[in-house]
Amino acid sequence: MNNNKMIKTDNRIKQLFKRHNESSKIMSLFLTAGYPDLESTVDLILGLEENGTDFIELGMPFSDPLADGPTIQYSSNIAIEKGITMDKIFGMVRQVRQKSEIPIVLMGYINPVLRYGIDEFCEEASKAGVDGLIIPDIPIEESGMISEKIRSQGLSLIYLVAPNSSDQRMQKIDEASDGFVYCVSVTGVTGAREGDEVAQSVARFINRVKQNVVKNPKMVGFGIKTHEDAQRIATDMDGFIVGSALIDTIREHYPENDWKEKVFDFVRTLKYGKS
Amino acid sequence: MKYDLPTKEGYYGNFGGKFVPEILIPVLETLEEAYNEAWADKEFRQEYLDLLNDYVGRPTKLTYANRLTEYYGKAKIYLKREDLCHTGAHKINNAIGQILLAKRMGKERIIAETGAGQHGVATATACAKFGVDCIVYMGAEDMERQKLNVERMRLLGAEVRSVESGSKTLKDATNEAIRDWVTNVEDTFYIIGSVVGPHPYPKMVRNFHRIIGDETRRQLQEAEGRGPDYLLACVGGGSNAIGLFYPFIEDESIKMYGLEASGLGANTDQTAATLTIGEPGVLHGSMSYLLQDKEGQIQLAHSISAGLDYPGIGPEHSYLRDSGRVTYAGITDDQAMKGVKLLSDLEGIIPALETAHAIAYLDELMPQTSKDEIVVLNCSGRGDKDMGTISKNL
Repeated sequence: MNNNKMIKTDNRIKQLFKRHNESSKIMSLFLTAGYPDLESTVDLILGLEENGTDFIELGMPFSDPLADGPTIQYSSNIAIEKGITMDKIFGMVRQVRQKSEIPIVLMGYINPVLRYGIDEFCEEASKAGVDGLIIPDIPIEESGMISEKIRSQGLSLIYLVAPNSSDQRMQKIDEASDGFVYCVSVTGVTGAREGDEVAQSVARFINRVKQNVVKNPKMVGFGIKTHEDAQRIATDMDGFIVGSALIDTIREHYPENDWKEKVFDFVRTLKYGKS
Repeated sequence: MKYDLPTKEGYYGNFGGKFVPEILIPVLETLEEAYNEAWADKEFRQEYLDLLNDYVGRPTKLTYANRLTEYYGKAKIYLKREDLCHTGAHKINNAIGQILLAKRMGKERIIAETGAGQHGVATATACAKFGVDCIVYMGAEDMERQKLNVERMRLLGAEVRSVESGSKTLKDATNEAIRDWVTNVEDTFYIIGSVVGPHPYPKMVRNFHRIIGDETRRQLQEAEGRGPDYLLACVGGGSNAIGLFYPFIEDESIKMYGLEASGLGANTDQTAATLTIGEPGVLHGSMSYLLQDKEGQIQLAHSISAGLDYPGIGPEHSYLRDSGRVTYAGITDDQAMKGVKLLSDLEGIIPALETAHAIAYLDELMPQTSKDEIVVLNCSGRGDKDMGTISKNL
């Protein structure tokens, strides 16, 4: 099967969306690899899955995360201080793969990827069991250097659309994307916001997304912090993505004895609402 | 050599581009369109030039440095006096250009980032002159080092926002400014202070500063009836250098030198010598040489000059380095301090610490020159802002 001419066409992300039952929303959670410490990431991923998470975005920490707000910036800095490296991230994914088939997307900035070497990076990611990549500082115009290499390893390359992307751009991004399209609900950096602020701007945006993103499933993210936010915002979307609110929850409870339980409680409530 | 860069996509060879989040792409496209239209519009150009003449104080003098020339006993040395610009440095050329563009685009909220404070002061000045709101991001450590400029910005009505993240210097102030921009794209214009950032900024900032080189050519023609043989300028992001160099790039008989800060030495971890020891990578929206570790994390830069301790550099300089058209060399903190002393003693001009890096390179360059040649050194700014650091280190 691993003949190098052979292209894997159905990674775990694509399988997930194929299986997806319209009646529920897919929940993707973002974790910073190496936060709150290097040992916990694998346990967290497995625990998130057990508690209702459908796939994982695993952040590759970068020293200068310009599209992220203070929460993810903070977690990235901690992970870097604790010695996170790209090889350690691949090692974490390998460990997860011994126990789980949850789709994993690596999310991070292009510089560490370039530094690792694009060919080597894509090959190692694929071998470790990664399914796709989100690189926010690579818009479609700059994707020439990476897109073929990513696809040749069977990885999905997921692009973002923003509220100020024109209809025509949304169509181009849909065409270039593979796996799903990440819909950034508000202009701004990552970080939880008040629900109303998100809801108002998101309604107009979602309408445009529906008309223009037709090839790929659609996931909405940025600014979601509760189950109610998620249900409201993800109407007409395939699912939703939460990052900062999860990191904030970890930050609030780590290193209490039962910090992981508290994080998993939050995750269950996020997915299913208050019981 | 025909020189026609950047490309339509914003590339200088392998360097440049637009490595930014999707939200900024439509903003950069609109900006580029507005800039191209404005630059082609005679009225806009005239308004810009009138402001440079009547408000900034251009053309700045090209001063023959007779005592410095005698000191080396070789080529004639001229100083291009950007230190005589209003606010004390070349930065105002660009701030005026960009504020005119912001007004033309109907933007009433201006943000900027600053390291040494000269760009912040220039932007605050331009905003005061045009009556628009101004927010300047500045690293907490730089605010401490450059208290005087912080006070100047505040007096000019700008809000100076202290950045506490990372190294608390220019790199982090730039991250914060970009985050603000991403959040407020509708009404905010980001005035970038050097030839860095995503396309079209490096091109735009270069073109607003090319007046330095254009004036030099004309003034030297009047004074000597000929052009220069050597051009020298300091390089942090590289805006004063590209302003001087750009009009001369096609004339390959002219040798050009960009002097960057090697801090305690390019072989130490206390350096800002990006082109000497950096590797290509992406920071703040463009591909260029960067100080980074083996994992691709950006390294902290060090220089005695707050204006030079940036781990990146303008993409056009990266191209000019690789193509061999410009020679780049590192100058240590100690050498820069000697440069301050030399120009102060011999010419009665206290240079900015940035400029002192270019002066220090004369020790290296002058022995290779001959008496019938001409050197032009860009005095990018005056040293008042650095008096605290200078007096501590003399």
